Amino acid sequence: MTFHAILFYSFATFLMGAAIGVIVSRNPVHAVMFLVLAFFQSAMLWMLIEAEFLAIVLVLVYVGAVMVLFLFVVMMLDINVEVVRKGLTRYVPLGIGVALIMAFELVQLIWMRSRADVSSGLFSPYPEGYNNTKALGSVLYTEHVYAFEIAAVILLLAIVAAITLTMRKRPGIKVQNIAEQVAVRSKDRIRIVKMASEKRS
Amino acid sequence: MIGLHHYLTIAAMLFVLGIVGIIINRRNLILMLMCIELMLLAVNFNFVAFSRSLGDDTGQVFVFFILTVAAAEAAIGLSILVVLFRSRHSINVQELNEMKG
Repeated sequence: MTFHAILFYSFATFLMGAAIGVIVSRNPVHAVMFLVLAFFQSAMLWMLIEAEFLAIVLVLVYVGAVMVLFLFVVMMLDINVEVVRKGLTRYVPLGIGVALIMAFELVQLIWMRSRADVSSGLFSPYPEGYNNTKALGSVLYTEHVYAFEIAAVILLLAIVAAITLTMRKRPGIKVQNIAEQVAVRSKDRIRIVKMASEKRS
Repeated sequence: MIGLHHYLTIAAMLFVLGIVGIIINRRNLILMLMCIELMLLAVNFNFVAFSRSLGDDTGQVFVFFILTVAAAEAAIGLSILVVLFRSRHSINVQELNEMKG
């Protein structure tokens, strides 16, 4: 067994363990941590087949942004773990049944029904001096530039949607009305009253 | 040697685990969102493995777009979750049945 295979199997084992941890852990914070571990192991596995750019992006975007967002939400909502825990085991037989059927079918499809020329499918290593980031960039900004711009629009959509969904008017909070403050005239603020002077007593 | 099949098998197992998670965690909306993330990760695995096996970088570009859309989906899903929790004080999926006819 080569060093490469040892690395692959250890990363794969940790990945499967982390995925199982995500779906069985009672505490949502633990589930988020297991998911972070799963993303790290996936990044390592992608690194093994020389998809370096995506491995780094997976760690930066997923672990750095999306999972932190998940963690924020999990910690912000005080979920009653006891209530969530109750009745968890009711669907376990169904889940295991579905898992066995799907795993059997997928593994059969992958290992037994594949063509011989694909099944030899070892990843040919890239030549010396190959730059994965550069290769992806040269395809991304030329051939797929419209898709790239649409991706930017999707991100903008996500920003607008998230802000509009979670924005709310809170009653009883003192805020400035800037337009009113700017548009104020002097006669709105001061009133000159004409009156006769008082006699000295 | 480690080849395409090993990666496809890992992706299949991850996908199955994601589906099982959605079936098991019927009480917790956050865990269901996380299981969707697991399934998206499995799909990305397939894309990367086939891209490397066929020697075509388009698959990896596609993974990039999937990551973008998944990030947007997570942001919107979590904000819906926050709004839901504010109005219902619960994220139990089985209590969300007002729209049942």
